[in-house]
Order: sequence, then structure tokens, then C-alpha cells
Amino acid sequence: MDALLLARLQFAVTVGFHFIFPPISIGLAWMLCIAEYLGWRKQDAVYVQVGRLFGKLLAITFAVGVASGIVMEFQFGTNWAVYSKFVGDIFGAPLAAEGVFAFFLESTFMGLYLFGRGRVSKGVHWFASLMVAVGATLSAFWIIAANSWQQTPAGFVVRNGRAELTSFYEAVFNPSTLPRYFHVVAAALVTGAFVMAGVAAWHVLRDPESLVGRKALKLGVAWGLVFALFEIMPFGHLHAQQVARTQPAKFAAIEGLYASVDAKAPLVVFAVPFRSGGPPPKPALAAPIEVPGLLSWMAFGDFAAPVKGLADFPEDARPPIWLTFVSFHNMVALGLFFLGLMAVASWKLYTGAIYRSRRLLRTLVWSIPLPVLACQLGWVAAEVGRQPWIVYPGVQADGTPFEGLRTAVSHSPTVTAGEIGFSLALFTLVYLALGALWLFLMIRKAKLVPEPAQA
Amino acid sequence: MNMDLNTIWFVLVGVLIIGYAVLDGFDLGVGALSLFARDKTERDLHVAAIGPVWDGNEVWLLTGGGALFAAFPPVYATVFSGFYLALMLLLVALIARAVSLEFRGLIASERWVRVWDWAFGLGSLLPAILFGVAVGNVLRGVPVGPGPDFAWQGSFLGLLNPYSILVGLVSAVFFVMHGALYLRMKTEGEIAERLGRIALGAYVVFLLLYAAATAATIRGSPFLFQKTSSPLFWALVALLGVALVALPVATRSGKRGLAFTASSATIALMILLAALSAYPVLVPSSLGLEHSLTIYNASSTPRTLGTMLVIALTGVPIMLGYTIWIYRVFKGPVRPGDAYSAGPGLRRVA
Repeated sequence: MDALLLARLQFAVTVGFHFIFPPISIGLAWMLCIAEYLGWRKQDAVYVQVGRLFGKLLAITFAVGVASGIVMEFQFGTNWAVYSKFVGDIFGAPLAAEGVFAFFLESTFMGLYLFGRGRVSKGVHWFASLMVAVGATLSAFWIIAANSWQQTPAGFVVRNGRAELTSFYEAVFNPSTLPRYFHVVAAALVTGAFVMAGVAAWHVLRDPESLVGRKALKLGVAWGLVFALFEIMPFGHLHAQQVARTQPAKFAAIEGLYASVDAKAPLVVFAVPFRSGGPPPKPALAAPIEVPGLLSWMAFGDFAAPVKGLADFPEDARPPIWLTFVSFHNMVALGLFFLGLMAVASWKLYTGAIYRSRRLLRTLVWSIPLPVLACQLGWVAAEVGRQPWIVYPGVQADGTPFEGLRTAVSHSPTVTAGEIGFSLALFTLVYLALGALWLFLMIRKAKLVPEPAQA
Repeated sequence: MNMDLNTIWFVLVGVLIIGYAVLDGFDLGVGALSLFARDKTERDLHVAAIGPVWDGNEVWLLTGGGALFAAFPPVYATVFSGFYLALMLLLVALIARAVSLEFRGLIASERWVRVWDWAFGLGSLLPAILFGVAVGNVLRGVPVGPGPDFAWQGSFLGLLNPYSILVGLVSAVFFVMHGALYLRMKTEGEIAERLGRIALGAYVVFLLLYAAATAATIRGSPFLFQKTSSPLFWALVALLGVALVALPVATRSGKRGLAFTASSATIALMILLAALSAYPVLVPSSLGLEHSLTIYNASSTPRTLGTMLVIALTGVPIMLGYTIWIYRVFKGPVRPGDAYSAGPGLRRVA
């Protein structure tokens, strides 16, 4: 294997592993913030117990997230030196801003939240949980802004062999930043709500009278429904529309559109993508279920709108269709499942039947990992769909076209395949061990039962 | 020295490195010291002393990395890819430290705690050495070719030269001393007294190693000594002298806060002195000084540097405000039970 492939593999492993944790941290931090607020304002000791239980889970997840995140930040320099030099004038600033504005906030107040109970007033302790949630959410903003610049670069010109900043505002709020940010944060909130609802469901299954379980279940299910709805409508929809406008090749790949359609492009609900035909092999869909015209309407608000297919792009400018299509469609299916599950659960919560619906409760327990899976799939669709570019083609600030920077020429020329192979093997082992430990500790700690409440 | 944006960012990156060295420096020192603690109760104290704050301290490293990326991208890209395997080792060590601090208290089994205590100790000691090795390699000059590519022409084993290992020992011994002085402020009784003695012993070793490293630097990197006619250079030397005298005096007379302050001033002044000597060079090239990365040939555009300055000037004061506040909340000595974050209140079933 060559250094490029190994560097890409290492990137995928590093981000894939890291990205398990931030959505849980962000979502759980907000759920905790709500629980701690209720505990403080209503003087309700049960919510304080909810805070204790889920605070532990947040602490464990946060630790692994931090540990794997450092690798992320260093990796641009170690593995992608050419890329780092090309984008440094733009890409570094959001990373530094993330540290200054967000990560300090999150980490410092995490210390106060975890160790400060009883040391500071209840109001200040709640404030600490709020700052953790705010910090985590801001953190996501800067990271998404940086990554979005790779997807839809703006506010720059290419000079002196690098991208030079012309407008920080335009670079940060490039066309895809906000649609992607809201989509990702909503996904994180869904993840947090599912963790809370699922763990609470386990406690209710064990003891239907468990107050902690009942109250956490109520919070998780009610907020889970709200977040799952927002995730699809409007945020998922808006993001897809933005991709259709700004990254047509990626859009064609995620939607499985090979040939261009002049009008009434069909929405592919289900299909099995494979390669067919003589050389050059063409991607094709087997057993598709399509809704005529729906794709045109969803993407551009007009059933008659034409949609470009992959065949319209030069062969060396097409993303891999199989991986993008499969990950995107499974993500969407999961998103719809979350909405359905939370709708049913909310209804049974409203009628009060949920505490006896063992099958539903069990489904909630087993659904805990699914939002994390959906996040991973969404990330694969976003990043594989960006290929073969590390910085997507676009328009420079002076109006001239930018031809894009290819992933294939962006890795560190001086780092050898052997070195990457060694560190990839090392980190894969470390991550496997960490992942297993994290899972073991999460399950163990999620099953802890709070001591009887003392008001 | 003219105060342009490039110089301001040179100073700011320096400030971030100093902030990291002073703050996470004591975390690393406390971690390394925990390897020599007498029993679990003592190790609990080590963990409790840094438990609420180490995480925020580590962010200085991340922010420093981000600032370096933003202000001087070729330095970030060239040095990080050049130090590839060394950095990977550092990252594994930092991961081990981070998770051990959170994981060790989660299961009340002796063996579980022992494993994480080892991870905590080694995960702290290794970075304490590696940071020095990295600094040594930079001071000595790294094998980079001419810009704008600054192509790296060295190997991993080339990083392990005697000079850099010497600087690695300097930093490890310094951080142990620094950590001992911090931990002494957070403990009472016999262990506090013992830490005072450890700090004094480490101080003597540090002084000898630092003198040897300085002599080796004069021999190996004469280009770092071209500012000896500047009054600022001698002012920093004089201040460093004061800090180095105050440190053992304050330690002996039991002025714990002052001793830790002197230790913090020592590391800050050592970094400032090295930075002033190198200025405007960021990374000297061992293949010819004309290939060195400087704050001018390796910087971002003035627009980016200006934007970043606004970010730093708004964000850093706020950050310093709440950081100081939280240090005050957790002021005073710790007890072994403080090592466990969520405290009592949860029990196991089934």
C-alpha cells in the first residue's frame, strides 16, 4: 500500500473513532443541562440523581473524545503537510478560535461541573453544566466551519501557491457552514436524547417504579421527538438542498443519479448500487424504488427542474458512488426511524402506557447506538462525497474559478508508508482498546442505581 | 525588533507555549511523581490535586497547535510531519494520561486502579521528556531544505541525538520539580515536607543539567547567541537569575506559593530567552541557516494574522477570567476522596 492510501486510511480511522464521542457529549451535555436546571429550580432531588447518573456517562465520553481529538488536530500537519501549507492561511484560524472560544470553556467548566457539586452553589453548578453544553456546541461550530470550507470554499484567492484569506466572515460563513452546522448539532441532540431515553428505559424495565428512570425517560423521549423532527425538517432538508446547489457531483452520488435528467428527476428510495457495462464500468442501480419528479422538487422546489447526473462530470471528478449512496440512504432511513420511534414513545408517554410497554422500552435500549451510527454514515457521505477533492472546486473572491485541490497530491511527501503503517497499526490497537473500555465503562455506569433521594 | 503582526504572533505563540508549560507542566510533573508515591492513598492525592484542572490546562497545547497552524502554517506542516513518529508517541502518551485520570476511579478494584496509575505516571513522564527533545531539536536546527517547500530531509532516529536527549532530561527534571512544588501547595503534613525535599533535589539536578545544556547550545548553535549585545537579553538573564535564586530560598523557608511562582517564572524566562535568541527565526535549518523558517517567510497573510489577533484579544481575557476563578474555587489542600469526581450516591445492582 502506498503512503497516500495509508494516510487516508489513518484519517478515516482517526476521525471515525473521534466522531463517536462529540455527538454524545454535545447531546448529553444539553440533556444534563435541562435535568440540572429542573433539579435546581424545582428543588427536585430526583433530577439531581439524573444529573449524577448521566454526568458520569458524560465524563467518560468526554475523556475519550478529548484524547482522540488531539490526534485529529495534529494529524493535518503530520499526514497532510501539502494540504496544511495550502490552506493554512484559512483553515488554521477556525481551529485556533475553537480552542480559544470553545474548548477552554468546555474543559474548564467540565472540571467545575464534575468536581464542584457541593463546593459551589446549586445555581453556579447548573451554570457550569450550561457552559459545558455551550462550549461543546461552539466547538462544533468552528470544526464544521473549517470542514465546510473544504466543501464549499469562499472568501479567498489563490496567490503565492496557497489560498489566501480575503474575508474571514465569508470563509467562516461559507455556503455550507450553517446548513451543515444545524444538521450536525441536531444530530448530536438526537444522540443525547437517545442515550438518556435508552438508559432510562433500562432502569424502568428493571424497576417500573424507578423515579430516576421515569423522569429521565420523560426528558429523553419528549426532547428526542423534538430533535428528531428538527433533524429532518428543516435541517436535513436544507442541507440536502445546499448540496444540490453547491456540490452537484456529490448530490448526484448520494442520490444515485448516474445520467442527467432534464425534468422530473426521480427520488430513489431504495436500490442496490453496483457496477455494470463494459469498460469503462458504469455504476448502476438494481431493483430501484423511485418516486418520479420528487428529487427535482425536493432539491429545487420544482418538479420540472433538471438534475445533473454523475455522467455529466469528467471521470476524474466523480466521487465513488457506492459508498456515498449506501451511507446516505441508510442515514436517511435511520433518521426516519428515530422520528417514528420517538413519535410512538411520546404518544405512549402521553397516555402513560410507556412504563408497561416492555417491547417499546427494550427497543429504546437497543436503539442507543443507532444515532451514533447515523452520524458516522452522514460523515462518510459528506467526506467521501467530497472526493476526489480535499478542497472542493469553487469560485475565488475575485470571481475567477478555483479548480480545487486534489486529495491525491495533499499528503506529506516526507512521511513514508512504513511510518504511517506503523502508527496506523499502533493507533488502531489503542482505539480498539479504548473503544472497548469506553463501552464497558458506559454500560457498567449506566446500570448504576442512584441512592434513595434525599431532598 | 519591530512590532509588526508577525512579531506579535511570534510573541503570542510564545505566550501559549509558556501557558502550556507552566500549567500542564505541573500536571505532567505530578503525574511523573505519582510513579514514586508510597501507596494508593498518596496516588489518590496526586490525582485529586490536578483532577479538576488538568483538562483545561491541556487545551493550551491544542490552542497553541491551532495558533501555530493559523499563524505559521509551514512550521506546523513541516515540523509536525518531520517529527512524525515522535509526535505519534507523544499523542499515545497524552491519550493514556487523559483516560487514566478519568477511568482510574470508576471501578473499585485494586488491580484496575494500579493499571491506570501506571498509565497516568508513564503517560505524564513520557511527554515531559518528549517536549524537551522536541525543543532540543528545534534549537539545534532541523534538516529542512529551502522554502517555500521546506522539504524535510531527516529521520526519526536523527531526532534522538545526544543534545536533544540532554534537553529532554532538562525538561523532565524541571517538570518533576515544578509538579512537586505545585503538589506541595495542595497537600499537608509529611508528604508536603517530603515534596519540598524532592523539589530541592530536583532543583540541584536541574541546575547542573541546564548549565550543561547551555554550554552545549553555545557550542552547537552559536547562531542563537547573536543577541548578546541587546539589553533585553541581559535583562531576561538577570530575571532568570533572580528566579533561580528565589526558588530554593522560598522552598526552604516554606513559602509554598512563592516557590511555585519562582518555578513558573523560571520556565517562562527560559522560553522567553530561547525565543528572543532565535527571533525572527522560528525553526533554524541544519542544512544552512539561510533555509530557516522565519516569522516572515513562513507566515500567514497580514489579514489572517490581524483577524487572529482580534480573536485572541477577545477570547483570551475571557478565558483567563474563568480559569482564574475556577482555580480559586478549588483552592486549598485536597483529600484522597477528592480523586473521585461524582462522589457517593450511586450503587451497583444486579
